[in-house]
Amino acid sequence: MRALCWEGADELAVRQVPDPELRNAQDMIVRVRQSVTCGADLPLLAGRSPYLVAGDVLGHEFLGEVVEVGPEVRRHRVADRVVVCAAVSCGACWYCRQGLFACCDNGTAGGPEAESAWGQPVGGCYGHPARTGGFAGSHAEYVRVPYADVGAFTVPEAVSDDRAVFASDAAPTGWLGAELGEVGPGDVVAVWGAGAVGQLTAGAALARGADRVVVIDDHDDRLRMVERHVGAEPLNYRYVDVAAELRERSGGRGPDVCVEAVGMAAGPPGLLGRLGGGAERPLALREAVHACRKGGTVVVLGTWTGSVDAFPLGAVMNKGLTVRSARQHGQRWIPTLLDRMARDELRTEHLATHRLPLERAADGYALFRDRTDGCVRAVFTP
Amino acid sequence: MARMGRLTAAGIALAAAGATATGVVVHRRERSPRAAGSDPRPGRWQVVTVAGRPEEVLPLGRWPEPLRRLDGAVELHARPAPGGRGTELAARPLGGDPGFPGLGAHLVGDDPGRFLRQALREAKQLAETGEVLRADRSRLDRPAASG
Repeated sequence: MRALCWEGADELAVRQVPDPELRNAQDMIVRVRQSVTCGADLPLLAGRSPYLVAGDVLGHEFLGEVVEVGPEVRRHRVADRVVVCAAVSCGACWYCRQGLFACCDNGTAGGPEAESAWGQPVGGCYGHPARTGGFAGSHAEYVRVPYADVGAFTVPEAVSDDRAVFASDAAPTGWLGAELGEVGPGDVVAVWGAGAVGQLTAGAALARGADRVVVIDDHDDRLRMVERHVGAEPLNYRYVDVAAELRERSGGRGPDVCVEAVGMAAGPPGLLGRLGGGAERPLALREAVHACRKGGTVVVLGTWTGSVDAFPLGAVMNKGLTVRSARQHGQRWIPTLLDRMARDELRTEHLATHRLPLERAADGYALFRDRTDGCVRAVFTP
Repeated sequence: MARMGRLTAAGIALAAAGATATGVVVHRRERSPRAAGSDPRPGRWQVVTVAGRPEEVLPLGRWPEPLRRLDGAVELHARPAPGGRGTELAARPLGGDPGFPGLGAHLVGDDPGRFLRQALREAKQLAETGEVLRADRSRLDRPAASG
């Protein structure tokens, strides 16, 4: 089959690779209909993971059609149209049973090495190195889906592919942001980053009854989307003093909930970064901590893969802030999100600013990485 | 500490015999005397918490399949985890801690600690999900189809 392979730092190519095969009884094989770029791919693309190997297939946010099921798969049949959660989780361990699917004990096939990165094993992810998964990515014609009954969800007929594909990762991540912030009626919420996750976080905050949601970015085209498609207030940090503006829009208190949906810089790291060390400068996160009202909550959604420098811990302590973070526990929310999509309460099509055949995936990643031509997300069709 | 039970190589059922009023089940081999000059500390336990009660994790006292291949080389200990989190399954090498295995052992895949950890992880996966999760085969494992 054809697949988008990582060939080295900032080098991608569509290659012929072996078809996936059933490796466990709970697996199924999905023919990919759509697969989306994600900010979490950018550190990999830039060569920041020392464990990625040339030839590894990228991509983790996808939708497709079931073509083969293992003998222990109960919920799916051949020809089902499914969206697959980007996180691989068993559904049976203590963490999964608490709804913390991204913390799954059994979601990686990486052996004890999977424990070394974060001190404990965490759930797997498609298109990531063996240590954080061991499962090929979705920018391909076919994908193997482990724990298929847990991670794949049949898409209601009323929901188009173009909409449902974002239920794989971006939409549950946005929902996670609002839930971690415990956003409720009367809250003022500020979201840093107007990409897909930032927009969907803002939408989730409004759906939970937030009084006012402000989204901060420096791309006017993205901020226009925030206004038009989400109904949140845009704030371009190039033109205003963000902290002063947020104080003004929140009665001098500061936002109740501040969500960082930017993540680490995607530029090429130094040698230390390539070896898994070094530290990032979390500029948006710092701003969020300083802006947040006393006793408020700061939520970290951006993709962070290592350490950060100059984190304002003093502000966290003296203001009594709660800092929360997670990767999305999509298995918990995808059914609800698909229902919301079917009722037209959650619309995501506008996020797919670029639709390209798989053969042009390298061009799609360049647009996405550089945010050129108004690119928010590039969607590939094998 | 719970009452100890002796484990046989055949994995004779000990769950009932080893169970105490608190439900703790322990399997242990007698330790052989240490050689003079060896590390007097017992080997460090490697532990995983497995969903399920001890009698489910070790049905009839039988060791889970991935650990059976280590029978004779490790001792095993199981007890209920607090807070209803399942069973704490612990294992450590017989004969004391092998110590730091050295870079060479890591490189050739001959690190006993890693091997034990892998077996524990597999035992946990098998008990919780019914299977040991396998990675996709890499391109190196299987040559690509032509084209």
